[in-house]
Amino acid sequence: MKQVTWTITENMPLTPDTYRLRLTGDTEAITAPGQFVNLKLSGFYLRRPISVCDWEPGAATLIYKVLGHGTAAMTHLPAGTELDVLTGLGNGYNTSLAGERPLLVGGGVGIPPLYGLARRLTAEHRQVAAVLGYNRASDIFLAEELHALGVTVRLLTADGSAGTCGLVTDGMEGVNYTHLYTCGPEAMLHAVWQRCRTDGQFSFEERMGCGFGACMGCTCRTKYGHKRICKDGPVLRREEIVW
Amino acid sequence: MVNTAVTLCGLPLENPVIPASGTFGYGYEFAQIYDINCLGTFSFKGTTLTPRYGNPTPRIAEYAGGLLNSVGLQNPGVEAVIREELPRLREVFHKPVMANVSGFSIEEYAQVCRQLDGAEQVGWLEVNISCPNVHGGGAAFGADPRTAAAVTRAVRDVTKKPVIMKLSPAAADIAAVARACQEAGADGVSLINTLPGMRIDLKRRRPLLANGTGGMSGPGIFPLAVRMVYQVYEAVDIPIVGMGGVSTAEDVLELMLAGATAVGVGAANLVEPCACRKIIQDLPAAMERYGIQQLTDIIGGAHHG
Repeated sequence: MKQVTWTITENMPLTPDTYRLRLTGDTEAITAPGQFVNLKLSGFYLRRPISVCDWEPGAATLIYKVLGHGTAAMTHLPAGTELDVLTGLGNGYNTSLAGERPLLVGGGVGIPPLYGLARRLTAEHRQVAAVLGYNRASDIFLAEELHALGVTVRLLTADGSAGTCGLVTDGMEGVNYTHLYTCGPEAMLHAVWQRCRTDGQFSFEERMGCGFGACMGCTCRTKYGHKRICKDGPVLRREEIVW
Repeated sequence: MVNTAVTLCGLPLENPVIPASGTFGYGYEFAQIYDINCLGTFSFKGTTLTPRYGNPTPRIAEYAGGLLNSVGLQNPGVEAVIREELPRLREVFHKPVMANVSGFSIEEYAQVCRQLDGAEQVGWLEVNISCPNVHGGGAAFGADPRTAAAVTRAVRDVTKKPVIMKLSPAAADIAAVARACQEAGADGVSLINTLPGMRIDLKRRRPLLANGTGGMSGPGIFPLAVRMVYQVYEAVDIPIVGMGGVSTAEDVLELMLAGATAVGVGAANLVEPCACRKIIQDLPAAMERYGIQQLTDIIGGAHHG
């Protein structure tokens, strides 16, 4: 973890309620895809935890969905704004377990961290497939970018307005994969967990106090005892998850 | 050169700044960010006899003045604290630490304190009779002067270490509870714990916290803390650890003028990991700004004249 100042270079809507934030600054503390940052926003006491979509030395991309007052306020931040950021939080995904044909399963705002993961997995010359679920056609983001990385993308919408009509678990049918990586709403994670036939890594979300393991605000039970989503997670291995 | 040193229940503190229990874990996360030996001391995570998971999540909510938590005393239990946490802490913190103790019966409080009495690293026992997030324990003992005195006596009997009773702002008369603790043998009192509150999720039309209620902390409760420290100072002769929404060096001075000998910092640690280091760094300049040479000179200073 590191406390740094990042400067916004772009804050633009990808869909009516999902925004992409590009920032410049020290990204040294980010060591794995699936980690997150905790942003201080003017006018709010608690920081806002946002997953890292992608990063490189000196720059990061975050994608966030407007879900409450904090994320609504974020949409008004203009380029040039400096943000106080705790960066390099959480464990992130382990790419060494991926095998030859990893499968990424993402739902809605759970998809962003899978992009940074896919970039690293494809760079490691693995054959990456992704199953992406959205509510409707107007919610779709990152699907083209994942395709451009060379990822085989299966796209589903709950209302059938784009791609295949159905849920991500329908999209997992018939895919032959060596390891599964997923992020999305908890109900989706549970359904994917039940359907998953290999080892896998599941990224969870929880309301957090500090984001760095001090307050015990985001604890969950696992087979190996109590874990803090922010510090010991957000990524848990398939076999340790207790629903 | 100004002097920030104070003495808390017979033990010297380089400065009065003490991260409050529940916001600093067992020190380890913060030791990875800064050298925590700059602290006066810190109060570690509330410890009970047996391991506790705590309350279901969500455990955290926000309000304009800070946050609410309903963690519910998650901790590994006193044996694991002595066996695992204290040795790990020894590597990164070289001063006496304040052990925060909670319980669900008078006997449990006494048993946890008895075990911690043997831990050399523990300088003070802070006995939490004010946790708002557990049923049948915590605040139930701190609400009434008689039960508060009963816990104090039971703990006093099993340890020679200084005993500091942590009091609830939800008690009908916090000064009466403090006086009862002093009469029962407490060496000090600390206040205030968090204040019970609630937020409701407009979309779900249900309380936001899974536990329903949670303890409010942060700058929004600072004036309440100042008022209660002021009142308790008039009621007792033992030292007070003042806390509640402290975020700056000026807040430290204000609580000391109200009557605090040392000052706890809680919620601020969670949003600014280096909050305590900054407060300690800022303290000498703040003292000079207000013409303070020795911090000990201003304890209770607002009461004179």
